[in-house]
Amino acid sequence: MTVLDDSTAPDLVGPPNSHGPRRDPAPLLPDPEPVRILGTPAAKTFDAELQRELYRRLVLGRRFNQQATTLTRQGRLAVYPASTGQEACQITASMVLRKQDWLFPSYRDTLAVVARGVRPLDALTLMRGHAHSGYDSYEHRIAPLSTPLATQAPHAVGLAHAARLRAAADPEAAEELVALALVGDGGTSEGDFHEALNFAGVLGAPVVFLVQNNGYAISVPLASQSAAPTLAHKAVGYGIVGRLVDGNDALAMHSVLSAAVEHARSGRGPVLVEAITYRLDAHTNADDATRYRSAAEVDAWRARDPLTLLERHLRAAGLLDDAGVAATARAAEELATEIRTQFDNPPDPDPDSLFTHVYATPTSQLREQAAELAARLDADADAAADDAEDEAR
Amino acid sequence: MSTTMVAALNTALRDSMRADANVHVLGEDVGALGGVFRVTDGLAAEFGAQRCLDTPLAEAGILGTAVGMAMYGLRPVVEMQFDAFAYPAFEQVFSHVAKMRNRTGGRMGLPITIRVPYGGGVGGVEHHSDSSEAYYAHTPGLHVVTPATVADSYGLLRSAIASDDPVVFLEPKRLYWSAADFSPAEISTAAQVPPIGRAMVRRPGTSATLLTYGPSLPVCLEAAAAARSEGWDLAVVDLRSLVPFDDETVCAAVRATGRAVVVHEAAGFAGVGAEIAARVTERCFHHLAAPVLRVTGYDIPYPPPMLEKHHLPSVDRILDAVARLQWEQ
Repeated sequence: MTVLDDSTAPDLVGPPNSHGPRRDPAPLLPDPEPVRILGTPAAKTFDAELQRELYRRLVLGRRFNQQATTLTRQGRLAVYPASTGQEACQITASMVLRKQDWLFPSYRDTLAVVARGVRPLDALTLMRGHAHSGYDSYEHRIAPLSTPLATQAPHAVGLAHAARLRAAADPEAAEELVALALVGDGGTSEGDFHEALNFAGVLGAPVVFLVQNNGYAISVPLASQSAAPTLAHKAVGYGIVGRLVDGNDALAMHSVLSAAVEHARSGRGPVLVEAITYRLDAHTNADDATRYRSAAEVDAWRARDPLTLLERHLRAAGLLDDAGVAATARAAEELATEIRTQFDNPPDPDPDSLFTHVYATPTSQLREQAAELAARLDADADAAADDAEDEAR
Repeated sequence: MSTTMVAALNTALRDSMRADANVHVLGEDVGALGGVFRVTDGLAAEFGAQRCLDTPLAEAGILGTAVGMAMYGLRPVVEMQFDAFAYPAFEQVFSHVAKMRNRTGGRMGLPITIRVPYGGGVGGVEHHSDSSEAYYAHTPGLHVVTPATVADSYGLLRSAIASDDPVVFLEPKRLYWSAADFSPAEISTAAQVPPIGRAMVRRPGTSATLLTYGPSLPVCLEAAAAARSEGWDLAVVDLRSLVPFDDETVCAAVRATGRAVVVHEAAGFAGVGAEIAARVTERCFHHLAAPVLRVTGYDIPYPPPMLEKHHLPSVDRILDAVARLQWEQ
């Protein structure tokens, strides 16, 4: 065996570390089991008022889901993808945000939009079908409901990044802003999900991605969607923090999401949260869930209904009694009545609105087409008036 | 002293960034390298790496990030490295960039400029020479602009960045190294800043009108010069903006001659030329002495570089089309 002189030894260690950092993945890894608070000692120290508020909001959220589903049966909504069973995710996603923050919802997240203060009618405009988005995104700081899956996730990254750029350029106008993007388990397979997480990691953008893993992408179960250990583990590949939480435990959801949002706000980078939950209703009113999942499975999840879990805990903790339940139920009925009232007047969208917001200034071609449609509608109206006159004679 | 189209585009970006702190450039290799065509050369040095951002290599992510930046009030200028490399971003373009103003009832416009080097004639290997204008032009909500001269490349890019609507800005690779008699310093003041949506008559003529844009303009001007020996005095119209389309200028130029040939290098079938021929026929039928003809690339995937000369509209193909405009009556 020859002992090499150090000064002449070839470098056997490898090339210099010029290909980026090598980071310890351990701090990024989610806990092996979803975070739970209900039924644990941590529940005893959880703020009592906040628990009551969560209960109230979940009950109202459930009633919203039920009322919207009813509206589809009455033909007053074209479609409604309910979040029944996911109310703890929906409600806490809005509750943990501050006024300056932004929410980037998907089509199943109408309840989160309402929970942030949007009038139900305006949140449901897309589903009613008289316009694409019914609320002012800038007033509420909520992007339009995104139907193409995960495509709004990179928008959250861009907006959060832009806010940091502006804050750096003008510290006095700085908004410590967080963007929260809502994605489903199916959405995590989309390329835009991957690109958004990668950009967020590279830019260090203050974004929280909340994956509501409800087990199915319409009919396809998660096992056919991903071979990842958990969806939260995907974070590690992007160098961002992954968190796994019981999505039907409202206290755990609030706690984990609050921590994630403050993590992002403090400049420590994005967070991916996977919430394990279940869609108790079908994909939409047009879906037949019995074709792909068993009644036994649904029953098992019904026993873990986020509302039931919370109510049981609050009663046991002495934070809720029959009177409280009844009062909350009355408030939910008032909400349902208000929603029905909002839907009393059938919509009458203006045909001219087809052309008004395609460009900041309509092109000459669109002006021609708008005039053509207006002339046709005038002619139709004149003909109808003539017919009515003829009949009157 | 002369300025290339690349230098003019670079100056337009620099002037736009100096004029408005909200203008941000992002894309692949736009920073230290200055872009593979050097259009962003020196911007990172002057404005910092954050305002001229090297992104991860993911076009949907680049454009999706730009959408979010625009939502917050910035004016992102995105560089797509090559025409065919922009395809992964199509969903962002079609479902969000083009529709955001409409789907928010006019509340949220996206002032994004998407720069796309496009077209062939540069000896590029597969996936480096596509003409993708028809995909964009078919999508309501986008402006689609393509300069053909050095001065226009400066002026139209300034207009695109200043626009409150998204603009797909198609840069003819073949003309990147064409030059005009400006010094690089003069281009800012010498070049006009034309509004988006106005075509330009590049050559008046009386016999027939060539309607073209981008990389095919020099070929048409060359054809018009050669046509003099055949006794034809050809007008040449540079569309500059495919959307909005300047019906007024185009129709006036066609009515003046009564004959028209549309020239572009993208495939002809369902291409922009089909729309132009239809519009001209609908509006100018009684002024036409012959059907509107098209000289375009063939309906084939873009060929390997050693065969591209057969695919691209040439002076001979244009003159052949002019000869078929029913002169003996």
